[in-house]
Amino acid sequence: MHYDYCYNNHMNDNDQYLNSKRGGIRQGAGRRNGTGKFREPTTVLRVPASQTTVIKDFLIAYQRKKLTVDIDAVIDFEWPKLNTPPINLLLYSSKVSAGFPSPAEEHVEKRLNPNDFLIDQMDATFFVTIQGYSMMDVGLLPNDKAVVDRSKQASIGDIVLAVIDGEFTIKTLSRNKDGSPKLLPANSTGAYSPIEIKEGMNFEIWGVVTGSFRRFK
Amino acid sequence: MRSIALIDVNNFYVSCERVFNPKLIGKPVVVLSNNDGCAVARSNEVKALGVGMGAPWFKFKDLAKQHGIIGLSSNYALYADMSNRVMSILRQYSPDQEIYSIDESFLDLTGFQSRDLIQYGQDMRKRILKWTGLPVCVGIGSTKTLSKLANHCAKKRPVFNSVCNFNTMPPKDLDDLLGQVEVGEIWGVGRKLAPKLQALGFNTVLDLKRANPERLRQQFSVVMEKTIRELNGTVCIELEEISPAKKQIISSRSFGYPVRDYNSLAESITLYMSRAAEKLRNQQSFAGSVYVYIRTSPFKPDDPFYSNGLTIPLSSPTNDTRQLVNVALWGLKQIYRPNYSYAKAGVMLGEIVQEQGVQTDLFTQIQTSPKSTALMTAMDNINRKMGKESIKLASEGFKRPWKMKQGNKSPSYTTRWQDVPTVS
Repeated sequence: MHYDYCYNNHMNDNDQYLNSKRGGIRQGAGRRNGTGKFREPTTVLRVPASQTTVIKDFLIAYQRKKLTVDIDAVIDFEWPKLNTPPINLLLYSSKVSAGFPSPAEEHVEKRLNPNDFLIDQMDATFFVTIQGYSMMDVGLLPNDKAVVDRSKQASIGDIVLAVIDGEFTIKTLSRNKDGSPKLLPANSTGAYSPIEIKEGMNFEIWGVVTGSFRRFK
Repeated sequence: MRSIALIDVNNFYVSCERVFNPKLIGKPVVVLSNNDGCAVARSNEVKALGVGMGAPWFKFKDLAKQHGIIGLSSNYALYADMSNRVMSILRQYSPDQEIYSIDESFLDLTGFQSRDLIQYGQDMRKRILKWTGLPVCVGIGSTKTLSKLANHCAKKRPVFNSVCNFNTMPPKDLDDLLGQVEVGEIWGVGRKLAPKLQALGFNTVLDLKRANPERLRQQFSVVMEKTIRELNGTVCIELEEISPAKKQIISSRSFGYPVRDYNSLAESITLYMSRAAEKLRNQQSFAGSVYVYIRTSPFKPDDPFYSNGLTIPLSSPTNDTRQLVNVALWGLKQIYRPNYSYAKAGVMLGEIVQEQGVQTDLFTQIQTSPKSTALMTAMDNINRKMGKESIKLASEGFKRPWKMKQGNKSPSYTTRWQDVPTVS
């Protein structure tokens, strides 16, 4: 399989030949930046050989996500939302009063509500408490509350709440070369091992972790 | 032709428990009523073992031990939250919804007939399963009675894959199907009427569908006539989008332990009356009568049995907790006999009228003084804001040694921060 995140590579490597009279790059030749499958400029990166599958999976998922953004938009357009949940509108009762009108009256906005920030789909959102340090590197610490959205479709690279043989666990969703799912911890100390999902195991993705929050005091 | 759908959650309470405790999947599970009395929800595995709806737990305890049936106390906070989610998702599929019970909802899909309604039903089913983890069945028919039956068929017959639309079935096929369903499955017929109908030769739904509505009206009631007409596709029962205010409010519980003394009974009566009065004010109504009752356990043949109740008419309707409690306690004093082990107590508010219809007594002062209204509103607001029972009458008691047993209740996974599932 080819990945055109290697593409720009040629340009950069050839920089040293810029002053040469022969060969080297021709200005304006080749594919233009941002027209590859990611629809944005790409760059080169050295990665550990052991992690290439993970990274490739992530890139496939990322590419798919970029594509589905467009598709979703079309689906949303066709889907008749018959009774969308009520929108919070300002209670704005304008009184006729004799005094000087409040200059702020027309600028009243609703106060920020953390729910709006954390929750996309109220009816499908649940909370769990994090235990242990297996997902420390993505910022999930013990006693944090994680936001789990069941309405989202899980992609490779997402943090998911999975059920394995009746037990809940939060890990990053990944995939082996043969396509079988794998759950990766996010802890660089190496204290936690990836969980391979083997045949005969009862495996289900319960929901996608879309955020988290924590109190200090 | 109308298209009315009835959507209900399969084994609702058990399914809710399984969402948050996946280990229960595939195991025989029952959810027990308040006070761990009897089975109010059964998993398919338990149904297969022959445990009936409402079977008292102590009666099938041996069976439970033998087959490893897991008995859970009911967790109404969890069920109510999951129910709200399901109802809210269903509202996305039609603006005309009647929430019929905690796990059932009617939807009017008449305006969506240009679609493939079976597919539409499958969409609902898939979305509810994905978003909440709860399995539902969808039945569609031209009346509410038929949609209930379609739902029954969707559930019992795998060929429908959980969604059954009577409206798209050829009439002959539909009649064949109705000829296989027992008359007792019809909405409103139930266990009491079914034997009477069977005695008259109406064994299946089809038999009743072909009955003469006027004749059966004379033998039964107008409800029966409506049922027959509904079976034939004439809408007699409309969707009620706003549930009408209740005409009776009952609040009663079995005690966790036998109660012998008057004071404990008085505490429980005060508590139940406070709940009932809160419900009454919630629907902006007033009660015209109060009924109080107490009884000992009917399951303990060695203990002397005593059961008594008293209805007290009020001189003028009220919704003031203090007045209602005073009346109820006066009633309790009349019926209380010492030296019995009481197992249950309860109150019922009757002759309920809406706010505007209050008729005042010629001889007494108006009971709903502005002061009382203000006090009750303040009480309700505080309890709504700060949590149940933040403020209450002292006679409700504080320790409540008689309060109900909930031996094996699951955490309030979705309604209390300290109870959300812990995950590593």
